[in-house]
Amino acid sequence: MDDGEHDGTFGMTTERKLGEVVGVNGNMVTVAFDRHVIQNEMAYVVVGETRLKAEVIRVRGEVADLQVFESSAGARVGDKVEFTGELLSVMLGPGLLTQVYDGLQNPLPELARQAGFFLRRGLYVTPLDEARPWEFTPAVKPGDSVCAGAAVGTVPEGIFRHRIMVPFGWPGHWRVTWVAAAGAYPITAAVARVSDGREERAVTMVQRWPVRVPVTAYREKLLPVETLVTQQRIVDTFFPVAKGGTFCTPGPFGAGKTVLQHALSRYSEADVVIVAACGERAGEVVEILREYPELEDPRTGRKLIDRTIIICNTSSMPVAAREASIYTSVTLAEYYRQMGLNVLLLADSTSRWAQALREMSGRLEEIPGEEAFPAYLESLIAGFYERGGLVRLHSGETGSITIGGAVSPAGGNFEEPVTQATLKVVGCFLGLSRDRANARRYPAVHPLDSWSKYPSLSDADDLAFARRILQRGHEVDQMMKVVGEEGTPLADFALYLKSEFLDAVYLQQNTFDAIDGATSAARQKASFRRVVDVLRTPFLFADKDEARSFFQRLRQLFTDANYLPMDGEKYQALDRQTAEFLTAAKKEA
Amino acid sequence: MKKVYHRIIQISGNVITVEAEDVPYNSLAEVATGGRVSLAQVIRLDRRRVSLQVFAGSRGISTDSEVRFLGRPMQVSASPDVLGRIFTGSGSPRDRGPRLRDDLIDIGGPSVNPARRIIPRRMIRTGIPMIDVFNSLVESQKLPIFSIPGEPYNALLARIAMQAEVDVIVIGGMGLKHDDYLFFRNTLDAHGALARSVMFIHTAADPVVECLLVPDMALAVAESFAIGGKRVLVLLTDMTNFADALKEIAVTMEQIPSNRGYPGDLYTQLAARYEKAVDFEGAGSITILAVTTMPGDDVTHPVPDNTGYITEGQYYLSGGRIDPFGSLSRLKQQVNGRTRNDHRAVMDNMIRLYADYRETREKLAMGFRMSGWDRKLLQYGERFEARMMDLSVNIPLEEALDLGWQTLAECFQPAETGIKSDLVAEYWPGGTEAATAKDGNGTTPA
Ligand SMILES: Nc1ncnc2c1ncn2[C@@H]1O[C@H](COP(=O)(O)OP(=O)(O)OP(=O)(O)O)[C@@H](O)[C@H]1O
Ligand SMILES: [Mg+2]
Repeated sequence: MDDGEHDGTFGMTTERKLGEVVGVNGNMVTVAFDRHVIQNEMAYVVVGETRLKAEVIRVRGEVADLQVFESSAGARVGDKVEFTGELLSVMLGPGLLTQVYDGLQNPLPELARQAGFFLRRGLYVTPLDEARPWEFTPAVKPGDSVCAGAAVGTVPEGIFRHRIMVPFGWPGHWRVTWVAAAGAYPITAAVARVSDGREERAVTMVQRWPVRVPVTAYREKLLPVETLVTQQRIVDTFFPVAKGGTFCTPGPFGAGKTVLQHALSRYSEADVVIVAACGERAGEVVEILREYPELEDPRTGRKLIDRTIIICNTSSMPVAAREASIYTSVTLAEYYRQMGLNVLLLADSTSRWAQALREMSGRLEEIPGEEAFPAYLESLIAGFYERGGLVRLHSGETGSITIGGAVSPAGGNFEEPVTQATLKVVGCFLGLSRDRANARRYPAVHPLDSWSKYPSLSDADDLAFARRILQRGHEVDQMMKVVGEEGTPLADFALYLKSEFLDAVYLQQNTFDAIDGATSAARQKASFRRVVDVLRTPFLFADKDEARSFFQRLRQLFTDANYLPMDGEKYQALDRQTAEFLTAAKKEA
Repeated sequence: MKKVYHRIIQISGNVITVEAEDVPYNSLAEVATGGRVSLAQVIRLDRRRVSLQVFAGSRGISTDSEVRFLGRPMQVSASPDVLGRIFTGSGSPRDRGPRLRDDLIDIGGPSVNPARRIIPRRMIRTGIPMIDVFNSLVESQKLPIFSIPGEPYNALLARIAMQAEVDVIVIGGMGLKHDDYLFFRNTLDAHGALARSVMFIHTAADPVVECLLVPDMALAVAESFAIGGKRVLVLLTDMTNFADALKEIAVTMEQIPSNRGYPGDLYTQLAARYEKAVDFEGAGSITILAVTTMPGDDVTHPVPDNTGYITEGQYYLSGGRIDPFGSLSRLKQQVNGRTRNDHRAVMDNMIRLYADYRETREKLAMGFRMSGWDRKLLQYGERFEARMMDLSVNIPLEEALDLGWQTLAECFQPAETGIKSDLVAEYWPGGTEAATAKDGNGTTPA
């Protein structure tokens, strides 16, 4: 335990500390204070009737600079500021799944019920329903020894047994002195009492955690090795992501970052998915919001929304809350990881988070780095991805957070600070290419530029072979642009056709088709085998036209198969047809 | 509150600084200079120092000019009387009509709660095949027209506005040439659309700060009509001028630029405006079409680049035509599955064949031999450009689809188009028998 200083009720003081606004610049408010303030402490700027949430981001002498999580319009010099003594925190407990929160964990549907079409400045709502009863089953008895993160009981939350855990910040060992009988309780009720010999504390179903501090209530971090099946062929086979691994998807606008992230959120074999819509379009979140409650999750038979949490701080919502939303998301991920679950966190787009940092850095008049991003950008990006990982919990079980961040580089040029800083820390790079997107070769992940450090589902030799074909095919393609088809030797041309075949029937995948859009691990192994068999076969062709029409036909057969369920009769028939077609071709050769 | 201050301690660019007390951030002030009164907005508070952005520019302001704080933010009238009217960027009448003081609302209001948005489902018909067939425009979409300076983008905007079935048209002109302003006004007038339109016009001759207000004024009015159940179309031209005005203010305020002089919050500033496009659950909608001229025809220039990251696709205007490859409507799939059953097939296959035509053209230019298939493509490509891409073509979607089939049938055999056989049976001109009968010249698709 190296985070003993956070005790869940983080530094809560009873005295009311006050300050006074002395300057306003955009969403940065400068405040004069008389007593002490804490870095990253929450405060409220009182503007007329409304209290605007803010966070201390710099202290200099007698004044503190605060970022306001709202529009600061109307604030005046002399306005009162109330410091809370508490760091920016989220509320953790049962009922988080299926929720749609803004970056500060306000439930958006509830805000809409209270304020209508528009977000209302200064309106904050409790993230969890405090009245709703949960069916508690104790997991400890008086006399048991527990530590931070240990479960004292469980409540059913959708598909999971949601663990009620000793708050992550309580230091050392505690003895259970009392535990509630099985039964229904609201989240605020005490369900256990524990003592460390000096003081007795009540454990409720809810705890608070400061978002900028990683939860470290686990034994050790482990190396991620097991593939997280995403059912996207180019990912799982060519550039796999491990459970507890990190990856990024940089790409120019319109290259398919969001479509890919949505596919991952639907089809990945993770227990919990957290979608962080960070500074992007509201319309894209609406699709998830409206469709996931209807879509079935084939792994559980329940609705997709039942395993999903949406953190939605879209581009026109306040910028400081956008910055916070990344931390809110990863803290929720850590909470479910503590229950021994595999969590997938998808952030679209981390560049908007970086831009929020840049905006604030500019107002603070810090010395800018490249493209005016702050000098500490790199360490913040590293710190964010470091919160992913596979861990062994104190209970001996494992839990993981896989983090995937979209990156939106200016001008689509990967030589920019956010992409570069991200590439230094992630384990997998899925680079989206403008050319592939324009050619409608989706997902537009570039098969030659991308890389992954995690193990693939498929055979290493096959994979190396397929990669060589792609590389050589690309070289032939380049050459053909100069010398034309006539000037290209037949053998080279056939090689090129093979690489195009691999691209068309395996790398490309129709995200919007129910069958082709999701390819299971078993199916990927089988069909990759088959594709590689074709690649390894030395076909003989009389001329280029014959070669072309042969691969056209073969491609049609394989593509048709991609759209059929593997256990169906049609698939079997097609399979036989393909086998015959190939045998005939081999005989001729 | 309405205290008058006389001591201006700094004048720099269009920003002045006065010493004053109890001034709300972002509120307005009137600056009087020798009989002329200009509005100004508070953009920074630093103890007693108040910095204001002067809408009419700082020219002629003296250190003892009068500054009167109004204590309220910028507002615009959203009464029904705005229809048929033309205003400046700061809301003064530009026509001969009276100043409007009813139903004043704040501009730059809060964001719509994403939980109250709905998935857009209605197509906006424009009569332009490159839009209706290939990149359908959808109600509540935000879509820029990326254009090289000199292209007929304003004519295109005006045409779409005249054909679109919407209740209210709001035009925001930024850095508009006076001729273009007159063109918009005359076009609206000629089509009898003036009475359902309102214009906020900043011309190239007007003070640059007023340019910054135009989108917010236009969108505030649009929002008010949309909440009242109206389907509103907002046309903004040219957003690059807006971005340049942002740049100018940022430089004056000594902000550190991020990219080619543009401020680091350019994305946020543009998104705050474009995200006003919305389909309200249980009320009206706002659709935004905006012109973004690309300096040097460079899509990676910060303005088009940031715009592309915000909007739902783009129309790429080049050589007087909407380019089928650079253009994309990201919402088209929400509507084109429910128009006519051949819509998607015609769209996909005509574009694919046109892409093949472009490749053939390149081969031709490089002097490679033309095959029979290449010659078919050349014939097809020319007809496609004349019938689908020419901006003077003005036909309803269904007619455009029929024309598509006719073009395909003139140039290809059914199998060469890649269209599924059941659609061929339904739509191929003269029926499939006619088509197969003349088959036999032995050419195969590439
Ligand atoms: N896998 C896919 N299959 C089919 N179409 C796709 C696919 N990926 C992307 N597209 C098309 O490209 C468009 C843009 O994709 P997407 O919204 O994912 O881009 P993006 O990279 O997130 O762009 P931005 O950075 O602007 O948010 C989609 O609306 C869709 O038309
Ligand atoms: Mg996106």
